[in-house]
Amino acid sequence: MSHHHHDQESTQSTGSTGTYSRRLFMQQGMAFLSMATTVPLFMQQSAKGIMLPVGSLLSSQPGIPEDHTLVVIQLAGGNDGLNTVIPYGDRAYYNSRPQLAIKQSDVLEIPGADGYGLHPNLTGLLELMNDGQAAIVQGVGYPNPNRSHFTSTDIWHTGNHNGQGYGWLGKYFDNTCAGKPNPKGSIAIGNKAPLALHGKTQKAVNFETEKLFRWAGGTVDSSLEKTYDEINRKESAAKEEDSQLDFLVRTSLDAQVSSDRIRSAVSKQPLINYPDGELSKQLQLIGSMIRADLPTRVYYASLGGFDTHANQLNGHANLMRQVGGALNAFQNDLKKQGNTGKVITMVFSEFGRRVAQNGSAGTDHGTAAPMFLIGDYVQNGLLGEHPSLTNLDQGDLKFNTDFREVYAAILENWMGADSKAILGKKYAKADVLT
Amino acid sequence: MTVSSLQKLNPKSFDQRKAQHLLQRAGFGGTPDQAQALADMGIEKAVDFIVNYENVSDTNPPSLDDYDKDIIRHATQSERAAIRNARSNGDESVVDMYRKERQRRQRLDRKQITEIERWWIQRLATTPRPLQEKLTLFWHGHFATGYRTIENSYHMYIQNMFFRDNALGNFKEDLVRGIIHDPAMIRYLNNHQNRKQAPNENLARELMELFTLGEGEGYSEDDIKEGARCLTGYTVEDDEFVFRSRQHDSGSKRIFGRSGQYDGDDFVDLIFTRPSASKFIIKKLYRFFVNDLPNGETNESNKVIFSLSNLLKRRDWEIRPILESLFLSEHFYDEDNLNAIIKSPIQLIVQAHRSLNPPQRKQMVQTLAIASDLMGQRLFAPPSVKGWDGGRTWINTSTMFMRQNTLLYLLTGQRPDSDAWDADGARFDAMALVEGHNNTPKEVIYFLLTTLLNVEKPNKDRVSSLEDYMKTQHNTINNQTVTGLLTLISAMPEYQLC
Repeated sequence: MSHHHHDQESTQSTGSTGTYSRRLFMQQGMAFLSMATTVPLFMQQSAKGIMLPVGSLLSSQPGIPEDHTLVVIQLAGGNDGLNTVIPYGDRAYYNSRPQLAIKQSDVLEIPGADGYGLHPNLTGLLELMNDGQAAIVQGVGYPNPNRSHFTSTDIWHTGNHNGQGYGWLGKYFDNTCAGKPNPKGSIAIGNKAPLALHGKTQKAVNFETEKLFRWAGGTVDSSLEKTYDEINRKESAAKEEDSQLDFLVRTSLDAQVSSDRIRSAVSKQPLINYPDGELSKQLQLIGSMIRADLPTRVYYASLGGFDTHANQLNGHANLMRQVGGALNAFQNDLKKQGNTGKVITMVFSEFGRRVAQNGSAGTDHGTAAPMFLIGDYVQNGLLGEHPSLTNLDQGDLKFNTDFREVYAAILENWMGADSKAILGKKYAKADVLT
Repeated sequence: MTVSSLQKLNPKSFDQRKAQHLLQRAGFGGTPDQAQALADMGIEKAVDFIVNYENVSDTNPPSLDDYDKDIIRHATQSERAAIRNARSNGDESVVDMYRKERQRRQRLDRKQITEIERWWIQRLATTPRPLQEKLTLFWHGHFATGYRTIENSYHMYIQNMFFRDNALGNFKEDLVRGIIHDPAMIRYLNNHQNRKQAPNENLARELMELFTLGEGEGYSEDDIKEGARCLTGYTVEDDEFVFRSRQHDSGSKRIFGRSGQYDGDDFVDLIFTRPSASKFIIKKLYRFFVNDLPNGETNESNKVIFSLSNLLKRRDWEIRPILESLFLSEHFYDEDNLNAIIKSPIQLIVQAHRSLNPPQRKQMVQTLAIASDLMGQRLFAPPSVKGWDGGRTWINTSTMFMRQNTLLYLLTGQRPDSDAWDADGARFDAMALVEGHNNTPKEVIYFLLTTLLNVEKPNKDRVSSLEDYMKTQHNTINNQTVTGLLTLISAMPEYQLC
């Protein structure tokens, strides 16, 4: 989300409140309200977490380095997969999209992928492929596709067919840390922590900019600091219940613990210049936290605007430029840091779009779409099979790879976790990592 | 069962604390004096005063003429012809002139939406009819529409006035039927592009999924497709709804197993025959007004929701009797439902304003608008057609700081979006707030904790923390130390509840 469009104009008055008749305050008997401030035991981990040395996070399987990091990027709104990886060799593509199809002469050739190429603005991604660092998994989806943004997003975030329950990465932390949340386990850039990072005990740290990631009362009057800390870093006897107040006390403590370290991590200038754009900004922050060796294993970024129901050609082209440019800059930053070997970036969207364009030079909600994986240890190139453009399900592509097969590969081979415990079922690992 | 779950509160137990609860939930809270005044009315009169707000005179009623409706307009026929000519003649300067004019209007329109946003925040903070604004906010979140998609501030304003005028209206006839004729919604969900030859399912889908029935509750993908056909031709011309019969698919549709040559209004009638229609909206009202049920529904909440759903059907979808019986009920004032809801960002800001009376600060309303946005709620820009999820999703490590810092701003002038100390010099009158309760530090602390947190007895640990702070200030009670206490109380986790 961006917040740059608040104009600074004349001051408006908010005046005084109410027209109620004012009477003298008179205290009367009130019912009892319990305000016990309880902090479940696991939160005590938070205070310790800040002292954890780099790389000390537990990994449940031997042989998997403990500093493996996953960066997840959501293209929110439903990215048009057919105008991302373009089946220029298929007449059906041009027949279905008289106004939206990208000309073959404009498509970026993917070496060795006859008939399929990239959107002309994805030069940044092509460069990574030429460099052996990018995989495109084609036709990723799931059975009985849901075409609601919210439900399909929830399905991708939870890994459950109905979109209910905790996030898949939240569950990863719930499982690998023996039920103890990892206070630095996951960081989302943005004003909202995504469901994917939300576990039963694991909660994500999130912020939009690091400057606002602290209480400013000490700036106003330093004598307030000590009492503020006493109130907000309080730990008390653990209780099983999960009341609103418990939740607030936990989050407040989490915020204090996270604040200092993150602010110091992102205070350095990046090693390379990032292009403009919302996604670039987010990846730059993530790059600086990886560089500072935060013991964080999952970072989350997202870019909106992909819900292209009308006149999509230019808007989608701009988004493609942003995505390609940001991914390329981020990977170059990691290269300069010497960290490409410990980071894999995964890019997904909640669904693709319908094969045929609609009446408004746009596309409606669809199903299967490509995913990107970036890093030293991905199978470079175009992976899986492109879905047929003629053998359709209600006008939509049929998926070839279940997204949970990609999750399973990442969980098992990269994160060193038992994917069955997280995904609820043993999925075959997609052949996407080396 | 119906009777017992909505049993009325014993009028004798309607005290200042319960009155403050009513004021916070049906509106945005108030000062202890205001709560006491409400308590003194007795519960029947108090609820009547809050719910039948038409009897309270609106000192500054908004009107559709308050904002410019002509900033965004379609090119006239002659303008379109001129652009076409210029294009075919390759006259780039003329094309460019029209492009620049369009961009100028878009800039003006973005400015106007921020003016409307600030006007609404100000109205929320000052209205003598808090329930009307609270419901306007509720409907805005329920029938969520975003300016960034439609880029027409006046249409957002028309919609906002529609919610305000029908805040306590009939859910089926006024609100749902109204929304499929609303220009902003029609454009937000692409129904202006929903034509017989090229149906667009967006409005049909969300009408059932998000506005009336709930996801997957009693409709199929085919019902959506057929519903979209019903809604073809429901479009907008300038600022008005129009029905274009040439774009409308007048053929027979099959919805919920029934067939007929239905149009969009028939589609609404059909939707309201589904069993989930009453329960879905009642559940949402319950979570908004009573308890957001972080750990799921309880036996008690289910009973009340069931009773209210039946009442809604019996009263032909009227919202007013629902809120009346809710606000009179014992259940509403149950200890489990007090301080059970996490304040939305707007609730946090407006309630703080109405209960603390901060001084006028430089660019205060726009600062609060930015702060609310950073806390996850920007008016006229809900994150999606699903609206704001609310409840615990308001709170994370980042918004927690932003919430504390926004209160700090109201009290001290330290801007929540600025790193450096940047006060505006306006002084908060803290002593006025504790007048009559400021003999000892303990008395001040007790008074502030009980009234601001709306509890009977303050928590012991909190009292001792604040007493320790006062000791560092040599137990001096003055404007600075009381303001200090307020910044600390408003930074307490429990301050986020109402």
